[in-house]
Amino acid sequence: MTLEIFLQNAANGITLGSLYALLAIGYTMVYGILRLINFAHGEIFMISTYFAFYGTAIFALPWQVSFVAAIILTALLGVVIERAAYRPLRDAPRISALISAIGVSFLMANLGLVIFGGRPKTFYRPPIFQAPIELGGVRVVALFFVIPLLTAVLLVALNYIVYRTKTGLAMRAAQWDFDTARLMGVDVDRAISITFAIGSALAAVGGIMWGLRFAEINPNMGLFPGLKCFIAAVFGGIGNISGAVLGGFILGFGEIMLVAFLPGLAGYRDAFAFIVLILILLVRPTGLLGDKQRVKV
Amino acid sequence: MALHRRLMMVLLCLALVGLGGIATAQKETEIRIGVYEPMTGAMAAGGQMTMEGIELAHEQRPNVLGLPVRVILVDNRSDKVEAATAVTRLIQKDKVCAIIGSYGSALSMSGGPVAQSAKVPVMGCSPTNPLVTLGNDYYFRACFIDPFQGRVMAQFAYDKLGARKAAIIQDIAQDYAVGLANFFKQAFTELTGDPKSIVAFTSYQTGDRDYTAQLTYVANAKPDVVFAPGYYADAAVLVTQARSLGLKMPFLGGDTFEAPEFIEIGGKNVEGVYFSTHYSADAPVTPTSEKFVALYKTKFKTAPNTFAALGYDCYNLVLDSIERAGSSNPKAIRDAMAKTKDFVGATGIITLDANGDATKSAVVLVVKDGQFKLVDVVHPR
Repeated sequence: MTLEIFLQNAANGITLGSLYALLAIGYTMVYGILRLINFAHGEIFMISTYFAFYGTAIFALPWQVSFVAAIILTALLGVVIERAAYRPLRDAPRISALISAIGVSFLMANLGLVIFGGRPKTFYRPPIFQAPIELGGVRVVALFFVIPLLTAVLLVALNYIVYRTKTGLAMRAAQWDFDTARLMGVDVDRAISITFAIGSALAAVGGIMWGLRFAEINPNMGLFPGLKCFIAAVFGGIGNISGAVLGGFILGFGEIMLVAFLPGLAGYRDAFAFIVLILILLVRPTGLLGDKQRVKV
Repeated sequence: MALHRRLMMVLLCLALVGLGGIATAQKETEIRIGVYEPMTGAMAAGGQMTMEGIELAHEQRPNVLGLPVRVILVDNRSDKVEAATAVTRLIQKDKVCAIIGSYGSALSMSGGPVAQSAKVPVMGCSPTNPLVTLGNDYYFRACFIDPFQGRVMAQFAYDKLGARKAAIIQDIAQDYAVGLANFFKQAFTELTGDPKSIVAFTSYQTGDRDYTAQLTYVANAKPDVVFAPGYYADAAVLVTQARSLGLKMPFLGGDTFEAPEFIEIGGKNVEGVYFSTHYSADAPVTPTSEKFVALYKTKFKTAPNTFAALGYDCYNLVLDSIERAGSSNPKAIRDAMAKTKDFVGATGIITLDANGDATKSAVVLVVKDGQFKLVDVVHPR
């Protein structure tokens, strides 16, 4: 493998990895606060791409307006889902909320099939993001710079919200103990609603980037990205936002390099991702950056 | 005593109702034909287009043996497990006497054994993998098979495009794509006489969205053409990524590229992609072709596609078999179906061979100005 090809593969890996990272942040954030694996994250991501699609295709909005509207609508959807499917189960055993999340995921995927139809749709891709750029033999499109940049900005913004604002303080308090936080005057319900709004908005940003990158959207598209982000989040240490970004990058990079070095095994790259998950769970269950499990007393 | 008599009455009533039920089941009021096609999932476009043709044919010919025909559709969701369940359901719950389906060879191969063991005949519209009908005396098809399709594209690449080196990217999760890739490889290496003329061979899985690693590998091998059998949405995304990575050689595929989504998703990136398929409205082969085109245009206000044409033919093939069998007995229909000879369909003259396969010509299309244009018609030798 020449250096040029290696660099091209590295560029491919960064593009894919940053997409995974972007999606994994939202996943890990909800887990960090609620200790709930939000299996519906992939479907929220799917629906966000349809919001953006309908904005440009049916309502003929400029793409900037449509994308922003899609992010806001998806954030609202996240809040509604939390209120309808998770809040009533907050005092139930954790497994009940998990099963409810799986139910929401199935419900939304099937609603998507009924409402959006089974045939794939074409996501509007403004030409500005597709501008080809060549750097010393390595070919990328403008999105190659947009996605990692966006991921970095969101990472900083999110860390700021969680660690530097009142709302973030409330979220972290809720993470420790709902009842104690309530006694201290923290509006736990509000903190959790905001967590879901931010998590879903992140899924929408990821969905829009996904649509810009791959052009095709369909009601089943949430499943695999959802699982991949889950793996990325576990890899980085679930609940840890920087860890999710790291996990996403390593997973995307690893998938590309597997195919690059062993093209005959290209059909098994999903298997590779799941093997990574199993190994991580065996060797380092808390993930790369995850802290030790706290036991509530 | 009164209680006793009442109980007797109830039992008598139940018995009468039961007998009545059996009596009505014996007297047929309709002919039920099952359809299992992917209406959702990765192959939804193919299933929906096929269904358009079946519906059109049903409207034209709603009766057989003096009874109305009911078409019962079950969505197999582009899923191999669902496909087997769909066939089971059509046979056990809906008690159909014949089945049509399915787009997607893997789906047909999954439904086939179920129909075979229940002894209900199936007419496939577009599953092209040879294994669909091989060893299954209840499975037939109205289309050509992949050894032919693979040769058509290899010959086209060699003769018309002057290709001497080819790369293959196959969808490894689909029997259709894996089979077609191998038949292409076989035919192409025979033509060049050089086993090394396939310079790169790699895979992806249905629904994968990132193909950059495979394409970087293929670009490095510098082939003259890339053969990429797989389904329309995946293929459109693949070709789009190939163009953005600077791969300029022609991309080739099979009949699954024929879907409006291929052009919608790929846009100008899929211009110049060649693929083989069963039929083109630009090259009518029989009087039925012209009639079908006219009917389709009136109903759907657009030019027809291969899969609608095959769906149209399949429905008529099944009705023909029922007519020749003179009954709705699945075994009798199967025997009549196996004897199909010189059936004039929209996609050509269909005569089924010992395996239950049709031998027909293929057309090669190219994407030009956002439309599928006819390039070549290849007749079987």
